[in-house]
Amino acid sequence: MTARTAWVAAGALAALAVAVALAFAVGRYPVAPGDLGAILWSKVSGTPSGVAPTVEAIVWSVRGPRIGAALAVGAALAAAGAAYQSLFRNPLVSPDILGVSGGAAVGAVLGIFLALPILAIQGLAFAFGLVAVAMLKVLADPYNQLPAITFWLLGSLAGAAPADLASALPAIAIGLVPLWLLRWRVNLLSLGDEEARAMGVETTRVRLAVIASATLMTAAAVSISGIIGWIGLVIPHFARLAVGPDFSRLMPVSAILGAAFLLLVDTLARTTARIEIPLGVLTAFVGTPLFLWQLVRSRRSWQ
Amino acid sequence: MIRLEGLSLDFGYPDHPVGRGVTIALAAGEIVCLLGPNGGGKSTLFRTLLGLLPAQGGEVRVGGDPLGSLSRAAVAKRVSYVPQAHAGYFPFTVRDVVLMGRTAHLSPFAAPSRHDAEIADACLARLGLSGLADHVYTRISGGERQLALIARALAQEAPLVVMDEPTASLDFGNQVRVLAEVRALAASGIGVMMATHDPDQAFLCADRVALLHGGRLVADAPPRDAITPATLREVYGVDAAVVDVPLPDGGSRRVCIPAQGR
Repeated sequence: MTARTAWVAAGALAALAVAVALAFAVGRYPVAPGDLGAILWSKVSGTPSGVAPTVEAIVWSVRGPRIGAALAVGAALAAAGAAYQSLFRNPLVSPDILGVSGGAAVGAVLGIFLALPILAIQGLAFAFGLVAVAMLKVLADPYNQLPAITFWLLGSLAGAAPADLASALPAIAIGLVPLWLLRWRVNLLSLGDEEARAMGVETTRVRLAVIASATLMTAAAVSISGIIGWIGLVIPHFARLAVGPDFSRLMPVSAILGAAFLLLVDTLARTTARIEIPLGVLTAFVGTPLFLWQLVRSRRSWQ
Repeated sequence: MIRLEGLSLDFGYPDHPVGRGVTIALAAGEIVCLLGPNGGGKSTLFRTLLGLLPAQGGEVRVGGDPLGSLSRAAVAKRVSYVPQAHAGYFPFTVRDVVLMGRTAHLSPFAAPSRHDAEIADACLARLGLSGLADHVYTRISGGERQLALIARALAQEAPLVVMDEPTASLDFGNQVRVLAEVRALAASGIGVMMATHDPDQAFLCADRVALLHGGRLVADAPPRDAITPATLREVYGVDAAVVDVPLPDGGSRRVCIPAQGR
């Protein structure tokens, strides 16, 4: 281990310790670092900690598990990402981009749906994640197809050919029509199931139609552009700010803003750098700060 | 005359029954107050009567037809529902919220027409909310929201209305205002079934009082017969005096005065 690595590791560990202490110290029941130390020491030494039992309960049963989960998930995703990047020789690869998160999520959802025990849920998530990555690693030719697949998963319109457009446009149109026809009923769904049903909406049918339409449109879009994050999250927020929540205005305005935004981003993507920047990277770059600003703003209005 | 009837209703959930054998009815033009302790099943009974929760036994009929034989829109044209006002999630205007009451009258793929907007505006005016029509529903007061939901039920143009504790969490003035609107609805021929925590409200406006206790109906009678020191002790476990108080206008009103807490 070089001195530099040691320093970085020490710094990272120090940051981790500060983060953990901070995580315990803030929130509804703050746990002071001193108390935390006493509680941990009493566990090791077997002597009473002298700290109030409620604080001890919070550390072991409430905040401790949550902090542990955050550490474990963060470490796992980052480590997995590092492994994938090495394996695929591509520094822009990450578990979510490779479809591993997505595949694993499908498995986990299936497990939860079937009310399986937690071990089986993990097993299913693992199996589906493996299937997703296996399709890439085993089936794809690492020199031709793999780079194309990874680039596509980051989102790009570089490969959009007339034939792609010709197949995607009808699917998008077919998805748009029911959304437009059901525009008023979608408003009522946003009130919750019971109120909507009491006002005469067959909620199950309407919800199925809306989900099927939106998924069809998403699938058609993904099949030509790959995964482009943030647009579906950020643009509707801004459209709602501009025209209010009535879906008969919200949907068209969202569609127009989304189209304009992606076109601008794509123009940036192919003009600003020597190599083409993946769209997913750019939309995240623009979308994240916008989303944070939105979040802060809406939190203020809730208070 | 159209009626909403629950016939020997068992209600609740398959693994958690809430009430058994409840027979209750509401006719157009009358006010029925449903009284009972917290957690006594008032909301569950209402949700069953509205068809939002399947009955575990017995039957609900509206206008003579079993609830299950009607589409949601057909039910909504006969019975409307005023839930407890909540803030909601999206910033719809008050007019949009009231317009949503028109949904049962629209074909599945239509949005409200100018005619529907006129009805909504008339309902807003009837409840004195015209000035709030363009305000954002999530930002008006709790009392105004409750009145807006009553306007929404009016826009639904159903002859029967079920209201779940419409005065809960309202201040004194708004409680009196909401009760006055309930009486005005009944005077215009609409039947109102309303859950409340306050027996005095039943003396103020009810034609009949249904007392729900332990999942059973222990009384269904005019207020003076249903609300007595004996029934208050049985249902709420509280000793109370039920007395007539003279009013400035020369009449009198019956009220309940709890004896405990002195």
